[in-house]
Amino acid sequence: MTLIDLANPTKFLSLTARVLPWLAGATAILLLIGFYQAAMAPDDYQHGAVVKIMFIHVPNAWLSMFVWSVMSLAALGTLVWRHPLADVAAKAAAPIGAAFTFLALVTGSLWGRPMWGTYWQWDARLTSVLVLFLMYLGLMALWRAVDDPSRAARAAAVLTLVGALNLPIIKFSVDWWNTLHQPASVLRMGGPTLDKAFLIPLLVMAVGFSLLFVTLHLAAMRNEILRRRVRSLQMMQASQQAA
Amino acid sequence: MSLGPYASFIVTSYTLVAAIVLILIIWIAIDYRRQKERLRELEASGVTRRSGRQATDI
Repeated sequence: MTLIDLANPTKFLSLTARVLPWLAGATAILLLIGFYQAAMAPDDYQHGAVVKIMFIHVPNAWLSMFVWSVMSLAALGTLVWRHPLADVAAKAAAPIGAAFTFLALVTGSLWGRPMWGTYWQWDARLTSVLVLFLMYLGLMALWRAVDDPSRAARAAAVLTLVGALNLPIIKFSVDWWNTLHQPASVLRMGGPTLDKAFLIPLLVMAVGFSLLFVTLHLAAMRNEILRRRVRSLQMMQASQQAA
Repeated sequence: MSLGPYASFIVTSYTLVAAIVLILIIWIAIDYRRQKERLRELEASGVTRRSGRQATDI
């Protein structure tokens, strides 16, 4: 099956039916290993046992930005290449990205209270991630507000590309401004500063959560294709009844 | 495994992540069943796809 074949929704559905069980199984296994490694990881000399929150906070924070990047590529697919599945991909990803962003914010807050002495600080990193969360909600509201999926897709694609400007702000906020949030310790020039005892469980969890996203995204895309099939059949039914 | 004086923060974080992921999975599964049910109803009412395939075909 070539990439162009996937532009056909029926072929895409048949592919998802085959790969989803394998993806779900691989996700479950990786997350179980990740949770076990996280539970067994040693305490940090500064953070103590609270460092265990890192193993769920960081993958969710990475995915909050990764999902928006996927949506931005899909937005280009809608506006430039008019790929029939591009807006399906973007629409299906938004609620999942919103959930990851919400989890990044809340787990960060629960990590911040014992470490910083506060749940929330209006610093550049925290505020820019909150803006990302609000953009996800805005995008979901836009999809719901416009009846015609193709009109909604174009408006959502423009909003997504404008929102992508926030991604470098989130990433580099800890370098550009003086923030309470610590600077990058994994994805940085010069390599990770984390000890292997923390880095390995973190990477396993990151891969596990990424697979979780792929699995949920494919399943949500399948649902969106079926929803559009329902809509077109309902329109056919209405025109048959009117004739 | 001791979670120290801030155990409640750690347990709450992990519980919340598990709950939200579970809600996402259940929501997507329910949505799938709902769409399949609607397609079955449309098919039963006599509406067919232009390709001639069954509405619920994947």
